[in-house]
Amino acid sequence: MSDLAPRQIRSRADLIQYGRALDCVHCGLCLPACPTYDLLAREGTGPRGRVYLMRGLAEGEILPAATVLRDLDLCLVCRACEPVCPSGVRFGEMMEFCRAHILEPARPPGRGLRLRRFAARNIFNHPALLRALAAFFLLYDRLGLRRLLRTYGVLQYFSADLALRDAFLPRVPRWSERRRLPHRTPARGATRGRVALLEGCVAPFLLGRVNHATARVLSHQGFEVLVPRKHTCCGALSAHFGQLAAARAAALRTIDAFQALGPVDAVISNSAGCGAMMKDYGRLLEEAEGASAAEVRAAHGFAARVRDVTEFLVDQGIRPPPGRVEARVAYAAACHLAHAQRVTEAPLELLRAVPGLELVPLERADRCCGAGGLYNALHPRESLALLEARIQDLKRSGADTLATANPGCLLQWSAGIEREGLAVEVVHPVELFDRAMR
Amino acid sequence: MLPLERLRRIVGAEHVLLAPEEMFAYECDALTWLRRRPAAVVLPGGTAETAEVVAALSEAALPFVARGAGTGLSGGALCPEGGVVIETARMKRLLSLDPWNRFALVECGTPNAEVSRAAEPHGLFFAPDPSSQNVCTIGGNIAENAGGPHTYKYGATARHVLALTAVLPDGRVLRTGSPLADPPGYDLAGLLVGTEGTCAIGTEATLKLTPLPRAVETLLFAFRGVADACSAVQRVISSGLEPCTMEVMDGATIAAVEASVNAAGYPRDAGAVLILEFDGGDAAVAESAERAERLCRELEVLACERARDRAHRLKLWKGRKGAFGAMGRLAPDLLVQDAVVPRSRLPEVVARVLEIGREHGIRMSNVLHAGDGNLHPNISYDRRDADETRRVLAACAGILQACVEAGGTLSGEHGIGLEKRDYMSLVFGEEDLERMRAVRDVMNGRSLLNPDKVLPAREPKTP
Ligand SMILES: Cc1cc2nc3c(=O)[nH]c(=O)nc-3n(C[C@H](O)[C@H](O)[C@H](O)COP(=O)(O)OP(=O)(O)OC[C@H]3O[C@@H](n4cnc5c(N)ncnc54)[C@H](O)[C@@H]3O)c2cc1C
Ligand code: SF4
Ligand code: SF4
Repeated sequence: MSDLAPRQIRSRADLIQYGRALDCVHCGLCLPACPTYDLLAREGTGPRGRVYLMRGLAEGEILPAATVLRDLDLCLVCRACEPVCPSGVRFGEMMEFCRAHILEPARPPGRGLRLRRFAARNIFNHPALLRALAAFFLLYDRLGLRRLLRTYGVLQYFSADLALRDAFLPRVPRWSERRRLPHRTPARGATRGRVALLEGCVAPFLLGRVNHATARVLSHQGFEVLVPRKHTCCGALSAHFGQLAAARAAALRTIDAFQALGPVDAVISNSAGCGAMMKDYGRLLEEAEGASAAEVRAAHGFAARVRDVTEFLVDQGIRPPPGRVEARVAYAAACHLAHAQRVTEAPLELLRAVPGLELVPLERADRCCGAGGLYNALHPRESLALLEARIQDLKRSGADTLATANPGCLLQWSAGIEREGLAVEVVHPVELFDRAMR
Repeated sequence: MLPLERLRRIVGAEHVLLAPEEMFAYECDALTWLRRRPAAVVLPGGTAETAEVVAALSEAALPFVARGAGTGLSGGALCPEGGVVIETARMKRLLSLDPWNRFALVECGTPNAEVSRAAEPHGLFFAPDPSSQNVCTIGGNIAENAGGPHTYKYGATARHVLALTAVLPDGRVLRTGSPLADPPGYDLAGLLVGTEGTCAIGTEATLKLTPLPRAVETLLFAFRGVADACSAVQRVISSGLEPCTMEVMDGATIAAVEASVNAAGYPRDAGAVLILEFDGGDAAVAESAERAERLCRELEVLACERARDRAHRLKLWKGRKGAFGAMGRLAPDLLVQDAVVPRSRLPEVVARVLEIGREHGIRMSNVLHAGDGNLHPNISYDRRDADETRRVLAACAGILQACVEAGGTLSGEHGIGLEKRDYMSLVFGEEDLERMRAVRDVMNGRSLLNPDKVLPAREPKTP
């Protein structure tokens, strides 16, 4: 190996990632799974080409020039290319690493870059900042500013991209839906155990209703639910942006916050992205330069207890709910649940356990909706094109409700449905289950 | 000089790629030891745009090549020196489907499997089923006359192309063939199939759709070694049974597949497995499956299994279709060799192939479309290792030689491309090659389209 290792390899982590690029035999079997290849058709916008570019960067065959940054940045990191790769290429990890160690240092300096780094490192860790942002968006909405700007095409006048971005701005819910969860929710009925729940960084501000539904469902199913007192961010968005140091710091803080809760049977997440990140903490710290053996051990131990809420409920055996929900539901698999965590059946099983609910098939149900971290903010055109294709699939399904298990996807689908003027409600699967308990 | 402005006007600036880093990503197809970077890549959006792009390049006297999904295994889509790649990935519309007359009209960049997916609700499918079918394009299939496991019964792509719209290397558009039975005139569509993109660029194809069989039975037999599996194939054929496919995988392949996401539950301790499939009417299929089971049990089978349902059958196939990729676990590069022999000679040829592998000290696993006598020795190697690469290429030469000596030929389905061009004189005389060149020259007189492929240059070279 040593005489074959290229110059660019400086650390053990470099070597690990380089080795992963070599797993790819250039067969192309991943191409049809890739949303951006489908949309853009360039080799560099498909997984095979991206792996090839990453290998080329590592071997010094090419430089991180503008087109390379563009095509690698256009990756959603939806990881749809992973489960279909017969060679087991670990694409997500490679992309994360590449962004952190090759693309970040190569970005042209400027205001955009500083803002991007600041956002990726800080926003999600600072509840005060998030609260301020939420308040701003709320006012933007409530004061009728959004409607005003849209009606007169003001944003369009400044820039088409700005107008597109506006379409993705989430609607901030009422104050009552932005209450945090209590530190402890007791179990109802015969107690089956105790779990800890991650509220998430942004979710409490935008999707508090999902957190509340999750806690109610877990409690109803016989689990005591504990929530860390401090606002916690799992670090997924930082990692996504190649801010691995920030992600590792977030991981250590999260592990600490949960350890403070005492022993639990599982750490539950209702966010596919956060669940995927937390399940991966062991590797994240293992590959960090300078993480102590104890930290790595703790991370592995923590990761092993992480479960998606649907996965956990199905594993434990669902207690049938008393009520009914009359709805025609299409389930859209969140990428980080289906492709990263490979949890595909549990959400469907949870939905099937709801009396009265009719599951209707959705074409390409595991195709990315274009949310991808903050993809919609950074690449509004591509994000919208991906979303619009999915909205057409949704229309064909005839569903009146769309269920998906990730905050980013919930907001993205809502934005698409609003744009299209459809009468389809967007919910997390646990919310439907929650309604059946009443 | 590249007519850059003109190309940008035709296809839109974002569909003309020039940056050296972008060219890097197009330097090879699935045969990674052959690499050449194009000067530009153009992605036209349909027949008209393709014709205009070709006209522009032809006027500028620049060489060019068509590229589909780049899954070719003989370097066919490798760009000519200083030339342009015309990539069909944007041309993937299904233009029409006529279930009653059983044909589909598609753009040539459509992935093979999309055709069957669209036809399925009508009880139809597109029969050619290369293992890369989810990815590889109809254009690439037509160029390579691609086959697959079911070629044994249904025939390769040539039997399923009814009509073709193609852009000639000077930009004129040729429309040939017809969905009607036996159209008059020369069958130019038939002629173009298998020319490996050296005569014209296919843009739209009318494809024959076949009724889905009512019943399918899939059997899996495990044997101690490949020779036993090949004997079983002989036995099945000589008994008069008519399976639609007979696929053999050796022990090394089984190990790679079972370690991959496509683990199919093949017995890990077996030296070879044989997948046998029957399709057709219910009663006939059931009876054939039972007879085959009895027959093989008379041989030394280690295990025999019948697919329980559709899901189980798909799983067995997924393992087979992912076999190539699964070998990525073994080494950074893979060379999928392709040769055919009369199937009666399979057992001895396979033995010889394994011996050649040992002689050159290379890592090899074998997959066979046994019904067609088609061998795929898969060689795992590392292209960064010059000595290993040299041994791999020497072994390939030995394997091809052995197959030709056994009455076989250079390729069953992956084509000649650049990889095997210089072996053509092993199986063709100079006069045969000259006639082929003459046909090419009628279409591609200036040799601007995919110049140095398939046919060796007029001065015969020695391999
Ligand atoms: C995992 C794997 C499994 C495979 N299994 C099989 C198999 O079972 N059977 C089989 O036959 N092959 C198989 N192949 C080889 C390959 O998939 C086929 O040769 C396929 O037909 C190539 O299609 P493509 O779109 O990728 O073409 P490319 O690789 O892009 O091009 C191949 C050739 O076709 C030409 N071409 C492409 N499009 C056009 C067009 N529109 N007009 C004119 N010429 C064109 C190119 O110039 C080139 O010469 C496999 C490959 C892989 C990677
Ligand atoms: S499927 Fe895997 S091995 Fe094949 S090209 Fe894609 S990443 Fe590479
Ligand atoms: S992660 Fe998603 S967008 Fe990125 S290459 Fe893989 S499939 Fe394509």
